[in-house]
Amino acid sequence: MADNNTNRKPTPMEALEAENQKNGMGLKARRRIGNAVSYVVLILISIVWLAPFVFLIFQSFEVSSTGWSSRVWPKQWGFDNYVYLFSANANFNRWYFNTFIIALFCCIGQTLMQIAMAYVLSRFRFKMRKPLMNFMLILGMFPGFLTMIILYTVLKDLGMTGANAVPGLILVSIASSGMGYYVIKGFFDTVSKSLDEAAMIDGATRAQVFIKVILPLTKPIIIYAILTSFMAPWGDFIFASYIAFGNPNGYNVAVGLYEWLGTEQISYHYTHFCAGGVVVSIPVIVLFLMLQRYYVEGVTGGAVKG
Amino acid sequence: MAKNVSAIEMLGLNRFQRFGYNFLNFFRLLPGRIANLFVKIGLFFKNLGIKTGEYFRNLVVGFKEGTWQTRLTYLVMGFSNFTHKQIARGILFAGFEVAFIIYMILVGGKNLSMLGSLGVVARQIDDFGVVTYVDNSFRILLYGVLTLFFIAALVYTWSLSVKQAITNQKLDEENKKIKTDKDDLHALVDRDFYKTLLALPAIGILVFTVIPIVFMILVSFTNFDKDHNPPINLFSWVGGSNYGELFNFTAGGASFSATFGEILLWTLIWAFFATFSNYFLGMLVALLINKKGIKLKKVWRTILVLTVTIPQFISLLYVSKMFGENGIVNQTLIDWGWITINNKIYFWKDPNLAKVTVILINIWIGVPYLMLMVTGILMNIPADLYESAKIDGASPVQQYFKITLPYMLFVTGPYLLTSFTGNINNFNVIYLLSGGGPSDINLFKAAGKTNLLITWLYTTTVSDNNYALAAVIGVMVFIVVALISLIVYNLLPSNRNEEDLA
Repeated sequence: MADNNTNRKPTPMEALEAENQKNGMGLKARRRIGNAVSYVVLILISIVWLAPFVFLIFQSFEVSSTGWSSRVWPKQWGFDNYVYLFSANANFNRWYFNTFIIALFCCIGQTLMQIAMAYVLSRFRFKMRKPLMNFMLILGMFPGFLTMIILYTVLKDLGMTGANAVPGLILVSIASSGMGYYVIKGFFDTVSKSLDEAAMIDGATRAQVFIKVILPLTKPIIIYAILTSFMAPWGDFIFASYIAFGNPNGYNVAVGLYEWLGTEQISYHYTHFCAGGVVVSIPVIVLFLMLQRYYVEGVTGGAVKG
Repeated sequence: MAKNVSAIEMLGLNRFQRFGYNFLNFFRLLPGRIANLFVKIGLFFKNLGIKTGEYFRNLVVGFKEGTWQTRLTYLVMGFSNFTHKQIARGILFAGFEVAFIIYMILVGGKNLSMLGSLGVVARQIDDFGVVTYVDNSFRILLYGVLTLFFIAALVYTWSLSVKQAITNQKLDEENKKIKTDKDDLHALVDRDFYKTLLALPAIGILVFTVIPIVFMILVSFTNFDKDHNPPINLFSWVGGSNYGELFNFTAGGASFSATFGEILLWTLIWAFFATFSNYFLGMLVALLINKKGIKLKKVWRTILVLTVTIPQFISLLYVSKMFGENGIVNQTLIDWGWITINNKIYFWKDPNLAKVTVILINIWIGVPYLMLMVTGILMNIPADLYESAKIDGASPVQQYFKITLPYMLFVTGPYLLTSFTGNINNFNVIYLLSGGGPSDINLFKAAGKTNLLITWLYTTTVSDNNYALAAVIGVMVFIVVALISLIVYNLLPSNRNEEDLA
């Protein structure tokens, strides 16, 4: 019975059985070791991912140097950088206010545009529907900065550049936002159409179906849309800097803080930047943690259905 | 391999053979498809010609057989609507016509007539040295394009108005009821609700995306740069010479074409590594967190996701300075005695090191997002698949390669494509980390070594003010993205019908 040909390789099935036996003998021990390794890896990952932010917070309390600091642990701790941010010398208040206004208008305007587009493309069947979708897909393949100079000129003609950059930025970011309908449409598609039909048989108009049936059912994705469009302006940098064109009154936080890290200002403003980064991050993080559930739902849904 | 394989044979192939087959097949069928495309385009124009002919013949017939109200509508848009108590429609039609006439007299006519030359005299200086600006090529091109769009819109609304007049007349003759304003209003919240909803987004996209893109495509055929910059100077049409420069392969050295080739290559390499490193590492982290027996899942997840929440300009700029010459990393290594002060690591000055660094830091930025997404999908994989696999004795590794990975690839195929094209245009990571540098004098205008096409476009616009070449780069980015999308989309297994989802 015994296999006397030792050179013969075990068949896959045999190998599998041997493996199973091995597992069976030390299953608990193996799992414990596996988990321990996993925890170590997870802790390492967490350290790597959190370290820069911890450094950022530490450096924002550095008061011994006047600006540049290359040490994680401050020589002397204090709130001077934060005090400077909100003093009259810095424009930080203004930038913060600008960004907040932009974010507020964008999250209302963009969400409305995207919902309208998504609902139409999800629920109506009209002759131009497919061509319209393909057309928007093709438009999306052009790089966004291509049109920067012309939008700048148009906004300049409208008096919305320099110190008045805020309304210009709001206008541009809301105007074309209908093209970002994909995630919301994907979610609308999963809501059964028989609901619409039932409501229409009961005598509801399409508008009533939209407002009274679809919107309440799709609350999670709408919160996701509001959340992402509120968060985006805090990091919007390129177009904002181009439109503000060197006028600090029209900056948002991203442009202002970026300028602080320019070669001429970095030696004075570096620790201010760190403090500014912390102040900008706090409201976004709080908002995010509150609405995390919706964000996760949107990210997952977008990937599967988009 | 590239022969027609029957469906049964296809099932016998493994995944890679199938991919290879699809891949080769795509190129084998490509000439036929392109020929087909041209035939289709030809047919389209033939049909279009026939249809327009018919359309206008109908309009002529309508005029011949029309009552005086209908005939007057050919001149005064919306007149028939007024006489049939469709006041709202009438006001819209007539109002548009009046607006068009005023626009043409004030702006349109002048700019349209100069569209061919883009202006003759840029500025005049009188005897007292006072400068008056005359023609502005930029404005002429902009308002010229705008006027063309306006004319197209007028032709469309005019034919609409005439068609309605003919319909109204017919309904009159048959003694049928004509739609009133009230009917129209009701339709706008019911049957035609999509028109109401689409109006604002469509106008926004037309004005702020379509017209600017058409304008910039036209700019790529001009010599608009800092020596031809309105209002000081004029710029003019140069035909395809910008594109000629791009495909001038003999130029070599620091030419535009050689630089474009190098930056395009790095853009594709970057997009490949950025996409797949994030994808697989993100999946790994997700599997690790969701492993059975791991506690505090939510805590691990939240720690990672924090990086996504913090605005990129803060995290990326900070990390960029961390790795700088005098940054925390170098300083710490000096403090630990690993390197000396004369022997610092120049993360952003060595081109190859800079390239590796941006890819690694991009992992730091992108993995949490992927982890979130993958976690959601993992939970959707039917659990009985794993159970039956376990009963059959599959090891965790086998389960991963036979169940998890195929399922993930199938579901996230479209995402991988958009993520790849998104990385081609990933401005933030490159610009905020390396700024495109280190710059290389052997490249066109000393372009930076880590530039992507998109950051190169940006610096060409902002620093060099070479708008024409920037437009050429933009158009090329579009062509690259469109080509990749077309090829990959044909290879994806998950080209699903959207109607199946509901």
